[in-house]
Amino acid sequence: MAFDKDAHTDHISQQFNEELETIKSHLMTMGGVAETQLNQALDALIEGDSGLAQRALKADDQINDWEVAIEEQCTRIIARRQPAASDLRMIVAISRAVSDLELIGDESAGIAKYALALLEEDSSHRSFNEIRQIGDLVREMISQTLTAFARYDINMAYKVAKKEKDVDEAFQTAMRSLVTYMMEDPRSISRVLNVIWVLRSLERIGDLTRNISHHLIYLVKGVNVAHSSLKEIKKAVKG
Amino acid sequence: MTTLLTPETAAAEPAERPEGKSHGIDISSMGRTQPKMDLANETIALQVQDLNLYYGEKQALNGINLDIAKNRVTAFIGPSGCGKSTLLRCFNRMNDLVDFCNIEGKILLDGNDIYERGVEVAELRRRVGMVFQKPNPFPKSIYENVAYGLRIQGINKKRILDETVEWALRSAALWDEVKDRLHESALGMSGGQQQRLVIARTIAVKPEVLLLDEPASALDPISTLKIEELIHELKRDFTIVIVTHNMQQAARVSDYTAFMYMGDLIEFGGTDDLFTTPQKKQTEDYITGRYG
Repeated sequence: MAFDKDAHTDHISQQFNEELETIKSHLMTMGGVAETQLNQALDALIEGDSGLAQRALKADDQINDWEVAIEEQCTRIIARRQPAASDLRMIVAISRAVSDLELIGDESAGIAKYALALLEEDSSHRSFNEIRQIGDLVREMISQTLTAFARYDINMAYKVAKKEKDVDEAFQTAMRSLVTYMMEDPRSISRVLNVIWVLRSLERIGDLTRNISHHLIYLVKGVNVAHSSLKEIKKAVKG
Repeated sequence: MTTLLTPETAAAEPAERPEGKSHGIDISSMGRTQPKMDLANETIALQVQDLNLYYGEKQALNGINLDIAKNRVTAFIGPSGCGKSTLLRCFNRMNDLVDFCNIEGKILLDGNDIYERGVEVAELRRRVGMVFQKPNPFPKSIYENVAYGLRIQGINKKRILDETVEWALRSAALWDEVKDRLHESALGMSGGQQQRLVIARTIAVKPEVLLLDEPASALDPISTLKIEELIHELKRDFTIVIVTHNMQQAARVSDYTAFMYMGDLIEFGGTDDLFTTPQKKQTEDYITGRYG
């Protein structure tokens, strides 16, 4: 059955419509906070602005609060409304997405901490090229995922899942290049390790963002595509 | 160059689960690999074929085709007047008692059309028992209520009656509550107990199919849960068809669910599928409480 994008406002109970609208808009707000936090953490590094890193660290508390609040809203709706079909899938998808966003917040806060450590050192910006490149990919993924969720656009969700493979590839290439760099100049090891942790966090954010796109596909199509290949996901999206 | 342990290479090899087991639990039978409820894998107890029913000029059922699986619970849901109780009553020809009611089509019980001429209706109603919304115990003792159907069949041996009454009351999860007052009036029981007594009375004659027409709608939540638990136990021995207004109840107790609307069978399938990914918009609108 085709998914009706406006269906969540069609219930006989206006209160239920409002409750679903509210958690959806709260998820979008939380996603916005997570997106801004990641941008701040990355820009702190790239622009050498420790103030941005501090703001990214502070945003983590906000994200944690959103997680608790939205989870509570989901639990309350399940207890009071016993949702079914696409309503139930929406609650499940939002609940999962919220957990992933919270983990994204943790990773971004981690990036902010490494940014502060790196900025304390005298740094050439040589190793930040990888961070910039993978960071741009991940920023795009998170932005597309949130847009896809807002519009229930599963084709865009599929693009996000596809882009995650690009992040993995870029990560592997960067790792090889950074190891070579450390071998050539052992004095750089501690600094390059910090860069590697940042890249590792970015790669992880890529995974979590892809997971959110999976939850959206579950919401719209009712098919669980976690652990599915891209080919299988494409089939689910087109099917 | 040394192989780097990246998140990709460090990740576990993809799913090598030849037996699909984890911690001794067969996880391959859970989650998305769970075999769906599929009528193709069931023995069919009742088959409805091209069933049309008219109350005078008004058509109440429109060409219904449906299979009821043996030893499963099938729920009929739908708004008032959709025909679910009418369809249920067709299964033991209760509609014969309604004036101006005409039926076309077939209902096969074990392959035989119950609407064929020569079918003994009393025997059909023994094979296909029915429990109604409001408990209707007879103004007799608890024992005599359960023994009633057997006595009608001419069974009067005390040993057989005693054994059957105890079995039926145990099956209806009522024995422990009434074993010391079997000869007291059934009218002194609570509503929930009366409904379980009626179920005991119905199963005492060993029917094959049990029809439940909103069996818990007049009961409090605890009695309702007892009836639902009972339904779960009884499906081992009987095929159960239940009509309910309570969608959560249908979701809890049934294996298959049929959604009806204005005399049409809109969607029929495994309960898990129907309540998570319905195929028809009308079904989705109804079970999620939306405008149709």
